[in-house]
Amino acid sequence: MIITRQKPFSEIRDLLQEKRKVFLIGCSLCATACQSGGEEQVLEMKDRLTGEGKEVLGYAVLEAVCNVLNSKKELRQKKAELAQTQAILVMSCGAGVQTIAELQNVPVLAALDTLFLGNVKRFGQFEERCSLCGECILNKTGGICPVTTCSKGLLNGPCGGMSNGKCEVDPDKDCAWVKIYERLKAIGKIEAIEEIFAPRDYSKDAKPQGLALKKDLVLKK
Amino acid sequence: MGFQESLEKNQFTITAEIAPPKGTDVSKMMGHADKLKGRVHGINVTDNQSSVMRLGSLAACHLLKDAGFDPIYQITCRDRNRLALQSELLSATVLGIRNVLVLTGDHPKMGDHPQAKPVFDLDSTQLLRVIGQLNQGRDISTRSMNKTLPTLSNGAALEGSTDLFPGAVANPEVDPLEPHLLRFSKKVSAGARFFQTQAVYDLVKFERFMKYADDLGARILAGILLLRSPAMARYLNRNVPGITVPDILIKEMESSANPLETGIKIASRLIRQVQGMCAGVHIMAIGLEEKIPDILDEAGL
Repeated sequence: MIITRQKPFSEIRDLLQEKRKVFLIGCSLCATACQSGGEEQVLEMKDRLTGEGKEVLGYAVLEAVCNVLNSKKELRQKKAELAQTQAILVMSCGAGVQTIAELQNVPVLAALDTLFLGNVKRFGQFEERCSLCGECILNKTGGICPVTTCSKGLLNGPCGGMSNGKCEVDPDKDCAWVKIYERLKAIGKIEAIEEIFAPRDYSKDAKPQGLALKKDLVLKK
Repeated sequence: MGFQESLEKNQFTITAEIAPPKGTDVSKMMGHADKLKGRVHGINVTDNQSSVMRLGSLAACHLLKDAGFDPIYQITCRDRNRLALQSELLSATVLGIRNVLVLTGDHPKMGDHPQAKPVFDLDSTQLLRVIGQLNQGRDISTRSMNKTLPTLSNGAALEGSTDLFPGAVANPEVDPLEPHLLRFSKKVSAGARFFQTQAVYDLVKFERFMKYADDLGARILAGILLLRSPAMARYLNRNVPGITVPDILIKEMESSANPLETGIKIASRLIRQVQGMCAGVHIMAIGLEEKIPDILDEAGL
């Protein structure tokens, strides 16, 4: 899921400045799990903004703000409030903020910082393991991604900064390449990293990306 | 005699490291180099060492070359992508610089610009391969974007190839050693023709490493780091990944009336101890380059 964190309230207050009438949008998926933009946080934000003298005209926790068509449909029910608002504060990831900006003709403001694609370790604890690089090498690295979990993203590690199996950047973090080595050794596949990995193909990671599934491909499933 | 020639003639080869200034006044750096005249076979110039912004290694190597030294150009993968790295290596060649020490580089977070974008487009092993290719007159460019993994096998022909003597770094004392040795052997097969190591203090570990290195046929220059005080030794242990100064050496310095003098003795003793075991030594004096001749005198070199 996409991991988000609320911006400091002082920053949000500065963003809204002279805008008195505000509409709030949250997201029922990732931002709810991150406790940054679920219904609970949206209501909290409503109270805080009301306390600052703002008029919160309404709010909507959309099913998935990143889904453009669905969000458009869901927001139809809020037409009256949206017509009056001076700003929309979106409590979802950056993809969601851009959905709303595309759909509405008032200033759309991001209340969250979008951090990473995260695994949920346990409730409220997230960890980045995939950086969506477009060129998955997990089949060769024992299911541990060095592009993401090595702080330098090295393909031929460990680097000279490894010490006692930890990373130079953060001694609390394990060295990805020591973990890969240990994992491959345990499953008898160490030869998988004896080859020299060639440089990555960053053209596969070129921004912005898009994907359109062909009709026949979808139907095959 | 130059660095490569000395190594290839199997002479005990001595290199020392100097750092370019943070600024444009090179007088101190050139002064340090002057103290090394006739005493070392090559002078390493660090590349934004510890991720601290400084004068460029290539420019400093050029100045040293003009002054009659044989520079070893250190180049890291931290600050440049593959275009810039290859371009720099062509530039080094036309400036007459031959020896290149390839490093991945410290993370920018370790230095004075922690908010900088880390590049690491290539790693040191891949860059060694790139040098092999440039030496054969081809770059690593590729027009084809459909391959599963880009290879170094294609590339465009260069108008004039490089003639570089590539080396890399290794750390005989790192723990755990096994994954590091795997990477070390990758660097050998990627074309590293010499290795300069991280500071060596533990001879048992060094011997173990040398056994492995000898089997691969790798030429090793043992890293000798000058300790100036017990506090510095403790600082290294706490803050520099991969360096472990043994307690016994720290105690030796603590009980000395002149710790720097003792540091010089320790360094020269280590040089004598590794002398029969490896191809040479690489001395890192970190700001006390003027003491390097004393270390060499004491070691009888």
